[in-house]
Amino acid sequence: MSKIHVTTTVNGEPTEFLCNATDTLLDVLRDELRLTGAKEGCGSGDCGACSVIVDDRLTCACLMLGAEAEGRRVLTIEGMAHGDQLHPLQKKFIEMAALQCGVCTPGVLIAAKALLDRNPNPTETEVRFGLAGNLCRCTGYDKIIRAVMDVAADQRETAR
Amino acid sequence: MMQAEYRAPTSVDEAVGLMAGSGGKGRVLAGGTDLLVQMRAGMQVPGLIVDVKRIAEMTSIVQQDGDWRIGAAVSGAEIHDHAGLRAAWPGVVEAINLIGSKQVQGRASAGGNLCNASPAADSVPALVAAGAVATVQGPNGRRAVPVEQIPAGPGRTSLAPGEIVVSLTLPARPKGSGDAYLRLIPRTEMDIAVVGCGVNLTLSGHNCVAARVALGAVAPTVLLVEAAAKALIGSTLDPASLEAAAAACRAACKPIDDKRGTIVYRTKIAGVLLKRAVAIAAQRAGKH
Repeated sequence: MSKIHVTTTVNGEPTEFLCNATDTLLDVLRDELRLTGAKEGCGSGDCGACSVIVDDRLTCACLMLGAEAEGRRVLTIEGMAHGDQLHPLQKKFIEMAALQCGVCTPGVLIAAKALLDRNPNPTETEVRFGLAGNLCRCTGYDKIIRAVMDVAADQRETAR
Repeated sequence: MMQAEYRAPTSVDEAVGLMAGSGGKGRVLAGGTDLLVQMRAGMQVPGLIVDVKRIAEMTSIVQQDGDWRIGAAVSGAEIHDHAGLRAAWPGVVEAINLIGSKQVQGRASAGGNLCNASPAADSVPALVAAGAVATVQGPNGRRAVPVEQIPAGPGRTSLAPGEIVVSLTLPARPKGSGDAYLRLIPRTEMDIAVVGCGVNLTLSGHNCVAARVALGAVAPTVLLVEAAAKALIGSTLDPASLEAAAAACRAACKPIDDKRGTIVYRTKIAGVLLKRAVAIAAQRAGKH
């Protein structure tokens, strides 16, 4: 069967790719576009390691077909930094050691960005619920939650 | 995964035509949070995937003459962000927003939750309590179906071949109405209901003049519990009436024993959740 031609935007860049009907967006990102930041943890939407933002909505790339990306805007972890300038969340995660093995980290960062973009002043409970779809088997979450709270506080300070 | 064809029609007529021409091999793709997982597990092997998210009627929320029509493919995140709908039907919106994580909310739809036909689907008891009506379109045209008539058993619906749930309509209701949905899970998030209970009622002064009660995860399908509603209607929601309604809920339960809960536990919890959901719905009714 012939492949589907998809025209989309990935990390601000106009992008085209060919995929099969049943290829997930995660398959396409990793195997066609070679953007391997998003990870496949569970493949069923439970772990959040493949989190991406599609048209300003957080989603699991494993729960979306590549073909569905036609005309959409996809943001992956590779698009989070501006050139050499890391996103404040990325900087803070390094500074506070909010990661250990790092497999979940791209997904956590994308989910944290999606959260702060909508709610710049979250409570700890809101951060915990906002990241409930991201499993981390190393950190115990505490450092992640504190890093996200810290970035939110920094950004409020800057906005003043 | 086996190779399939992917289509993204822009009208319901086109989608229905595709489904009808698929020889039973077509599957509707709304949010995909169930379908893609089932495909991956080999439980579903569609020959044709019909993505309905390019159809305006299925992806919009419209208020008309007090009715709210929610497109079957509208995501939980969009429903969450709709202030008007949230104010009018807080119980329904909360129930939809309990499904999965923020990631899942970005995609999952009420129409998909209904058609996946899980007995534990969180949105369904709230929709049934709300008196929601599904607009269904198939090869023989459109029909309106009360939501409680769509699930036929775990993973099965009453939809005829080629039929699609297009939208869900929440009917206008009088001032003094409120709704609520509560579920019991052993954690605080990201889990499947052990029991779910939706309540929708109307108060006139202190008297309950209308009520609908629905239970999830206690039978092969979500249940509309008319006997519980009957116990509430005409009462002041006094303890004796609440206990009678809770008893009606317990009597309606036909649950299974599984890792999430035993028959005895689920049955007892159904009554507990009824009382708590009534309290929230009544408090909300008092504010309108």
